[in-house]
Amino acid sequence: MTEQRVEPAVVDDPTASGIAEHVPAGAAVDEVGESRRLSGYVRLWWQAVRSGELGTLPILVGLAIILVTFALLEDNFFTERNFTNLILQMAAVATIAIGVVFVLLIGEIDLSVAFVSAVGAVVMTLLLRPGEPGWPWWLAIGVALLCTTAIGFIQALVITKAGVPSFVVTLAGFLIWSGVVLILTTQYSTAGTIRIQNDVVIGIANDFLSQLWGWILGIVVVAAYAAVQLRAALTRRARRLASKPLALIALQTAGLAAVTFAAIWYLNEDRGVPKVALILGILLAFWSFVASRTRFGRHVYAVGGSAEAARRAGIDVDRVRIAVFMISGFMAGVGGIMLASRLRSVATNTGGGNLLLLVIAAAVIGGTSLFGGTGRVIAALLGALVIASIQNGMDLMGLASGTKFVITGLVLLGAVLIDAFAKRRRAARGGV
Amino acid sequence: MADTPLLECRNVSKAFGAVQALYRVDFEVRAGEVMALVGDNGAGKSTLIKGIAGIYPFDEGDVLVEGRTVHIHGPRDAARLGIEVVYQDLALADNLDVVANMFLGRERTRTGVVLDESSMERSSRETLDSLSVTTLQSVRQAVAGLSGGQRQSVAVAKAVMWNSRTVILDEPTAALGVAQTRQVLNLVRRLAERDLGVVIVTHNLHDVFEVADRITVLRLGQRVALFEKGQTTQQEVVQAITAGTLDNVPGMQARAEVGA
Repeated sequence: MTEQRVEPAVVDDPTASGIAEHVPAGAAVDEVGESRRLSGYVRLWWQAVRSGELGTLPILVGLAIILVTFALLEDNFFTERNFTNLILQMAAVATIAIGVVFVLLIGEIDLSVAFVSAVGAVVMTLLLRPGEPGWPWWLAIGVALLCTTAIGFIQALVITKAGVPSFVVTLAGFLIWSGVVLILTTQYSTAGTIRIQNDVVIGIANDFLSQLWGWILGIVVVAAYAAVQLRAALTRRARRLASKPLALIALQTAGLAAVTFAAIWYLNEDRGVPKVALILGILLAFWSFVASRTRFGRHVYAVGGSAEAARRAGIDVDRVRIAVFMISGFMAGVGGIMLASRLRSVATNTGGGNLLLLVIAAAVIGGTSLFGGTGRVIAALLGALVIASIQNGMDLMGLASGTKFVITGLVLLGAVLIDAFAKRRRAARGGV
Repeated sequence: MADTPLLECRNVSKAFGAVQALYRVDFEVRAGEVMALVGDNGAGKSTLIKGIAGIYPFDEGDVLVEGRTVHIHGPRDAARLGIEVVYQDLALADNLDVVANMFLGRERTRTGVVLDESSMERSSRETLDSLSVTTLQSVRQAVAGLSGGQRQSVAVAKAVMWNSRTVILDEPTAALGVAQTRQVLNLVRRLAERDLGVVIVTHNLHDVFEVADRITVLRLGQRVALFEKGQTTQQEVVQAITAGTLDNVPGMQARAEVGA
């Protein structure tokens, strides 16, 4: 047998193959033309919604209902001070939920995030203690995040290499890391509470931007949004592809500007834009970019939609899974540091209570499908806003804890039901 | 030149333990022809195409691509050699849109990181148009919302987009209705017209006589017949599938060789 290993050159550009010499047919032109008119675009969008591509529609409607309800029921709900508190309460939950969104996107679950976040907070706090060892804040935070990311890595190794369901592995993690938090906090303090004595770290969740910086930030956000949208639309137009109508981009930018500027004005009436809101915004923008615009993000969605299809397409499915659990660990660490900063200490009960439930509920209520493959990073923010609003509103109304749990549970159930119905709708349309 | 097959298997054999799935099978497909691969369940059709696709190696025999002996160690090698297989289950991610599926695992990027969506969308559209797939409303539609025929079309378009010379379709019409079967068979013909070698694996003799140029019949792991479509009848093919003459009893032969 003659051994001749053939390695022909791979030509990446299919246009070079002579396949793509055809002029686009009529069907494509219709879609392109249709999409550029506002009415046509809205019609296409509504078609998608009806076929089960709900996107963020249910959550925005739900959020509006909740805000209006509480505004009517409780005078103190729509005050500057309460609005600021709402953001402070929500930031850490939203941050941890970003990682959970990624995990849900690949069709897995991470039940360990709450206590992993606590491990991050405790490690940072211990490293910051003056004199022992009294590390600078950036090193302490860096090492803490390294720890939580490594935890995600280890859990993912067990899940992928041993083939154990993530539910069980992270449930074990839930117990293990809650134990580690207890051991560390009781070992280094008799009272079980360790105070943070570093102004930078405390400032994360307790400092506010000056009024001027608040406005500058708002303008930058709106301008960046408009620039990104416009650039995408113009590139697509230049290549004769379906693109958003410019009128819609203008409308959306105006809408965003209205909401952003109203929020900043309102926050400035109180103490200003919280620093933690800026951090959360940067994290949301970064991870949204990763999820929707990078090759890695595309592979995350593919693994969640069909791991088999991804594997056959040459994607290293295990590597994507491991990376996603590392993201989950990392974001848990960041959220844990935010929480510790807000409370100015860590204690034996850090990461306990209903933090885990709130975080997962936030990701799901925000519109991330538990079936994998569907959802956006922004879901973390929207879901956390809904949960924080409900909790905050019910606190103001002085409702009993029992009632609060029941209502939060019902909202979660509603979100999951919407997801299930939407999925059924999609399946019905695509029925073979 | 024209006589050199695009893809040729010579004397390939494959055993799984004691079961001789393929025994010294010859198989070929030329540029511009549709070669049907038929046979009853267990005849070795899937084993043959999986061997060609590099899912597992043949025990013996040669695979030649355009006259050169090659060694295919995995789907990646097969793709490099211009061989694409469209499996029955299509391997599409339902949650992703048509463009994302067509480029899955081979996304184009700008500066190595950011997806070049508009370029990918354009190429997808062009490939689909060149195959006259006009039933798709939008290439930004999620695959979940497509009909069976449309999904098959997308899977085929995905296969031909990568400079493939040989496309192997595994039961492409098995789950389709009449109109959609027609759609896919037309697509198969168009692939051949573009000078690709097309292998269609199927149970459906009606489909075979509709699109195939030649017909290879496997029975119990051996090739029992090779027909030109114009010179045979459906009855003759059925005869070969169910009672084609075997050269020898493969089990016996295999055991003898293992012993030697």
